[in-house]
Amino acid sequence: MRHILRRREWLADEFRYLGEDGAAESGAVIVPFAEWRNAPQRWGGFAGALGVRLSPIDRVEELAPDLARFRVVAVEFPAPGEGRGYTTGRLLRERYGFTGELRAVGAGVKQDLVFLLARCGFDSFDLAAGQTPASALLALHRYDVAYQPGDPRVPLRAQRFHTL
Amino acid sequence: MYQYDELDQAFVDQRVAEFRDQTRRFLAGQLSEDEFKALRLRNGLYLQRHAPMLRIAIPYGLLSVRQLRKLADITRRYDRGFGHFTTRQNLQLNWPRLEQVPDILAELATVQMHAIQTSGNCVRNVTADHLAGIAPDEVDDPRPYCELIRQWATLNPEFTYLPRKFKIAVTGSPEDRAASEVHDVGLHLVRADDGAPGFRVLVGGGLGRTPIIGQVIREFLPLPELFAYLEAILRVYNRQGRRDNIHKARIKILVKSLGIGRFRELVEAEWLANRAHATRLTPAEVGRVREHFRPQPYAQLADLDVTAGREVRFKAWYRYNTRAHKVPGYRAVFVSLKAHGSVPGDATAAQLEAVADLAEQLSFGLVRATHNQNLLLADVPQAELYALWQRLDALQLATPNIGTLTDMIACPGLDFCSLANAGTLDVAAQIQQRFDDFDYLYDLGEVELKMSGCMNACGHHHVGHIGILGVDKHGEEWYQITLGGSANGFTALGEVIGPSVPKHEVAATLERILETYRSLRHQDERFVDTVHRVGIGPFKEQAYAPHPAAA
Repeated sequence: MRHILRRREWLADEFRYLGEDGAAESGAVIVPFAEWRNAPQRWGGFAGALGVRLSPIDRVEELAPDLARFRVVAVEFPAPGEGRGYTTGRLLRERYGFTGELRAVGAGVKQDLVFLLARCGFDSFDLAAGQTPASALLALHRYDVAYQPGDPRVPLRAQRFHTL
Repeated sequence: MYQYDELDQAFVDQRVAEFRDQTRRFLAGQLSEDEFKALRLRNGLYLQRHAPMLRIAIPYGLLSVRQLRKLADITRRYDRGFGHFTTRQNLQLNWPRLEQVPDILAELATVQMHAIQTSGNCVRNVTADHLAGIAPDEVDDPRPYCELIRQWATLNPEFTYLPRKFKIAVTGSPEDRAASEVHDVGLHLVRADDGAPGFRVLVGGGLGRTPIIGQVIREFLPLPELFAYLEAILRVYNRQGRRDNIHKARIKILVKSLGIGRFRELVEAEWLANRAHATRLTPAEVGRVREHFRPQPYAQLADLDVTAGREVRFKAWYRYNTRAHKVPGYRAVFVSLKAHGSVPGDATAAQLEAVADLAEQLSFGLVRATHNQNLLLADVPQAELYALWQRLDALQLATPNIGTLTDMIACPGLDFCSLANAGTLDVAAQIQQRFDDFDYLYDLGEVELKMSGCMNACGHHHVGHIGILGVDKHGEEWYQITLGGSANGFTALGEVIGPSVPKHEVAATLERILETYRSLRHQDERFVDTVHRVGIGPFKEQAYAPHPAAA
């Protein structure tokens, strides 16, 4: 069973990604955004808990009207250098007010990036293969100061700049 | 200059600890080459041809003597006793050992320095006019804004994994001495009609494979909006910049493909939409940083005629290697790192220490690195110039060639860099040898020669009055020559004169080009102005004339 690092805890994932064994029949499934758009009749009436998965080229603006429907938004980081999802995270939290689970998923979700991801609003990490939760947790606390504003749930002792 | 507070110091210390852990994991086999690459690059570390290369950040080129002495000490203890100053006003070490790099970074942190974001696809070291704060034509000192941008950009959570590197230059004078129009973003300090400070914002300039001159995206951006507007630009770029092709990933390609009008619409819309969440630049914060850049405690001095009765060599040095200062009785002095027979931009540990001593005694303890790969003592009392010249001369740091042909920019080239196609250092030596007659150099006047060992253009060849680009032709080093480029004063891209020439022909070809100039120039007309007046035709005709020796 998959575990995710969520709000600093290593938890069994109650969600399945669509395509995984038994996903569609389970009570909690994360569907690709394209699937959500292409099969609204199938997912619109889905009885269980629903999440949506954004690839780097999906536009968060197009998801925004449906956001209330999802408990999880999973943003893909297919490689460590893929940086579009950082903006996606901030937009979901700040502009669209998403308060559910914001999950980083993919081969790029490594311990050395979780601090930045958390500062962009991610509170859940489906870590890449080979990553350990202990190391990722340590990395989340690597810095206790920062220059820029960021997600208020990342505890900082001091921060230089602020928003309005 | 800016002094770290507790937050700044804690941040760099934590950064060093993080990189020490990452290096340990790499050496223990827990991080792959690829995984480590993205992490080490953002700490300035390349794995190069012979050894790692560490690029140390010198924010907007400003160094205290304490920092300079530490750099000298580091080059001795961890390298081969010299460093190389770059066109981004940084310092490169060519021979550090990978396992010692965390120790070097820890040493740097003790003097408020780092190597953060000197490489990688992120916001790089912010550069400024090397005459910032002292230029008579300045609207405002750009350095406080460079420092604020440095802080805002440092480990910015949203913009640390951009499609490609991102370079910002800030200038506070009408005469652009920071090559700001060939930066991803160029900021020109200006004042509104009511005197309020702000910026003219340019975007989409850059060199490399596809040289493009930046375009104005906003004629006037009020100062408090600086971060908000940069965030809008970077956010549009981060989302829409190409990531499928490294050669098309810079913001200049996005701006070109959308057109400046459309790009501006996107940025302005994002800027408005993000009002509530953008980073605010408060007057208090601007004031705090500006306090660190207050004018030096200058003495009340009068301008002097310091060359009267002095020898010709000193007069030449005064003319070429010093510049006007806005405060009477002072001059800015270039420390030439372009001695004939040495590598452009290189300085030994002993030279760095000696310059530190001179700066301490004569220039308020500060030294600047310039984007032309020289050092500058910005605030020297005119009465001290003669003695200073004697001491610099003894250190081989007084070559009176600033602004002349041999004050050339050169990247490290094939000798050090794994990206290079051709050598630059031996070509530089060839040019220094051929043009060793100062009367001839002075007769040629102002000529900016810029040389890159590959099309990545670290040597800015596109904007040299004369540009030299090393190319690989079937395993041999050849050189393509461009004429008419300019980055200082006005911006223009050079035009290729024709087929590339073999290595041994470079200096001779330059000589034919320069002789053509001498025959065509109007009185006091600079080389680049003659090229623009007559076009490259006559130069092209003469450049390839058969070499007398070959006839």
